[in-house]
Amino acid sequence: MNSRNLFSAGRFLGLVFLFSLFLQSALEARPLTIYSGRSNALIDPLVRQFQEETGIDVVVRYGGSAQLALALRQEGVRTRADLFWAQDSGALSAVDSRGLFATLPEEILDGLDNAFRNSAGTWVGTSARARVLAYAPDRVEEAELPATLDDLAAERWRGRVGWAPTNGSFQTFLTALRSLRGDERTAAWLRAMRTNRAQSYPNNSALVQAIAAGEIDLALTNHYYLLRFKQRDPQFPVAQTSFADGDPGNLLIVSGIGVMEASSRKADAHRFVEFLLSEASQQYFVAQTFEVPVRGDQSDTAGHDWQAAERGPELGRDALEDLEGTLTILRRLDLL
Amino acid sequence: MAVWLKSWRERRAPWMFVLPAALVALATLVPLAYLILQALDAEGQALREILWRRRNLILFWNTLRLVVGVLLVAAVIAFPLAWLTARTRLPWRWLVTMVGVLPLAIPGYVMAYALLGLGGNYGALAQWTGWAPPRLSGYWGAVFSIGLYTFPYLFLNLRTALMGMDPAQEDAARCLGAGSLETFFRVTLPQLRPAILAGSLIIGLYVLGDFGAVALMRFETFSQAIYTQYALAYDAVYASWLALLLLVFTGAVLVMEARLLRRTLLHKVGSGNRGKLGLLRLGWWAIPAWFFIGSVFLASVLVPVATIVSWLFQYPEGVRWVDAWSALRGSLTASVPAAFIAGALALPIAYLGVRYPTRSTRVLERSAYLAYATPPLALALAFTLFTYRFLPGIYQTLPLLIGVCALRYMAESVGPIRSALYQASPRMEEAARTLGCTPLAAFFRVIFPLVVKGLGVGTALVFLSVMKELPLTFLLSPLGFETLALNVWNFANEAMYAEAAPYALMLLVISLLFVGLLLFRERST
Repeated sequence: MNSRNLFSAGRFLGLVFLFSLFLQSALEARPLTIYSGRSNALIDPLVRQFQEETGIDVVVRYGGSAQLALALRQEGVRTRADLFWAQDSGALSAVDSRGLFATLPEEILDGLDNAFRNSAGTWVGTSARARVLAYAPDRVEEAELPATLDDLAAERWRGRVGWAPTNGSFQTFLTALRSLRGDERTAAWLRAMRTNRAQSYPNNSALVQAIAAGEIDLALTNHYYLLRFKQRDPQFPVAQTSFADGDPGNLLIVSGIGVMEASSRKADAHRFVEFLLSEASQQYFVAQTFEVPVRGDQSDTAGHDWQAAERGPELGRDALEDLEGTLTILRRLDLL
Repeated sequence: MAVWLKSWRERRAPWMFVLPAALVALATLVPLAYLILQALDAEGQALREILWRRRNLILFWNTLRLVVGVLLVAAVIAFPLAWLTARTRLPWRWLVTMVGVLPLAIPGYVMAYALLGLGGNYGALAQWTGWAPPRLSGYWGAVFSIGLYTFPYLFLNLRTALMGMDPAQEDAARCLGAGSLETFFRVTLPQLRPAILAGSLIIGLYVLGDFGAVALMRFETFSQAIYTQYALAYDAVYASWLALLLLVFTGAVLVMEARLLRRTLLHKVGSGNRGKLGLLRLGWWAIPAWFFIGSVFLASVLVPVATIVSWLFQYPEGVRWVDAWSALRGSLTASVPAAFIAGALALPIAYLGVRYPTRSTRVLERSAYLAYATPPLALALAFTLFTYRFLPGIYQTLPLLIGVCALRYMAESVGPIRSALYQASPRMEEAARTLGCTPLAAFFRVIFPLVVKGLGVGTALVFLSVMKELPLTFLLSPLGFETLALNVWNFANEAMYAEAAPYALMLLVISLLFVGLLLFRERST
């Protein structure tokens, strides 16, 4: 072996060494990764603020909650995600049921209402929204508004009610209904609604717009969509109300976040969760998305007449876990 | 002639053309095989429940009639437009061409939002004119929102064919005593067959894969059901089966198209120059012609553009231009390379299919359509799973996204290239060979200059499709990657139209500019 070869071999080793250094630093600089089922518009300002406050780099992958849950289940322990932030507890449960979430520290779970965390302590709520009944005030008298879900199957509402069977919030509501009434009665209600020609729409905003367009007169939806429409256009011809106190139709739906078991940056991930539960972030949800905070003052929700505790149904712990069973029923009834 | 043909068929295709085609076929087939494996995950009982659902029949029927309806709408618009631009002396014909191509810039979901926004008690028509027709939805809503933006695929193919056609045959028919109608049906129409088939195929596959517009119009098709199952209901097994059913459906369509195309031979056999096309004077017929052109432009371009512009003014506080620039960069970094790769892949495939029409090259050519025919969500999931398992190095990277986009939309560039190739006589290539060129040199020196226009159109089509595309980006994009289309869809879905407007407008302007540039270049050559 002559000296020139030796030299080039040494240069090669040096390069390898430099490259490995680079690789190592690149790995260390890997940003905190969030899979988010919540939209860019909502999350981006919060993420930016978190980066400024902590100096931690964050990247977010946006997608549908269910879609990301599916991706996480496929990626398993090899996922690059550190956190999963979902629109509804159904998607969180889908990930949790595979044991992919790590248990959160007590400091985070402390002081959270049972409705805003699961009993295993693997995810916490970040904000909540209420199920409501939207209606057309120019076609429906306030006095004739239905008091319970079951009234919607009455003859007089034939073809006038809209719902969104493929929507996550609606499915979470059905899961609650199943835990309250059992599968048989839930299926019976769905069948009665279908016979009464309930109109299917792809999502909640489509429902609210369909009322404005005059296609339907009532719709089962979430409370903040109409508030958003009204903010943009005070004349928007739709109103909303709740069912009688305790009716399953008044369910409170939680959007939440969990830390991945596979994450190598759990401490930073916990900081992000704490950041979301802080007073400032919670008020951000109230002001920007008209949602209900999970911590702090729940009475001030941007003018929405809202009292979660009295209006919603009494649910057992983890009552919203079994999304799979709900989907099975929807499929059997050809609604999905 | 039969002897000539036979000798062409017996000759073996040069490997330089076979290799890229085979690679494309392989890259598509492997993930699809994975899809089948996934579908087979279902157990006996569950499988029977999946396959014998009454809903499958409904989905099948809906998908079928949607394809037929969209093709009819597209034909009614594209035929007159193509004829007007290629065969008449109508002034400002390039403007008409523009009308026939610009709708390509409109994404299907934007078209659906625009049509939905017109009708209803609170719709645009009600607010401006006081007249409130019911909103367009369901079957007709889906037919129009897809038909109005896909008809250019038929228009472009028809126009290329009409312009490239040798008028000698029509003249001969007229000399032999055929009337103009008889000439059209017996000479012109058969010559247009490859163009009609290529255009219809692209449109048909678009319909089979679209989920945005049909979901908004509340019309249930296979793709929409697959989207629901994948994205909203976590059921990968049922979704895979739906995807397989859809693939069988698409397979049948592809076989049918191949059958219809098999005996096509359009180029001249004898020597002599091509005659000049005689252009028709329209006279007073120009008035209804312009009325027709105007209506098409109004419905397919003005309405969606006006809708998006109106979003800007609905809630000015929500409009944020700054974020749109980074999304634009994302869109371009995906669509520009994807378009060039797709063009480069489509060329050898189209060439093989036209020049070496043996059973095996036909299989290769058909497989180019497989990726296109596969519902994009299924394709994306197949690739996600496959790369995650076997090629973790490229999982969730930009090259993968670009590669899959190129693979899927390549089929759109095969049509124009193939149409151009059919009209490039193999005699010229043979002459080049006898003068000492290798097959490859003969291809690049003789054939390539003849198909370069078709290649340009093909590449442009892919660019536009990738700019507008949603489902592949949904699943395959790298972390933190965003595109204009993704943002439009996400914001509009939440009814945050003001927020969606900058992205939508940018998408439209880029696409429209690009289409305009393409037409301008074509005009100047």
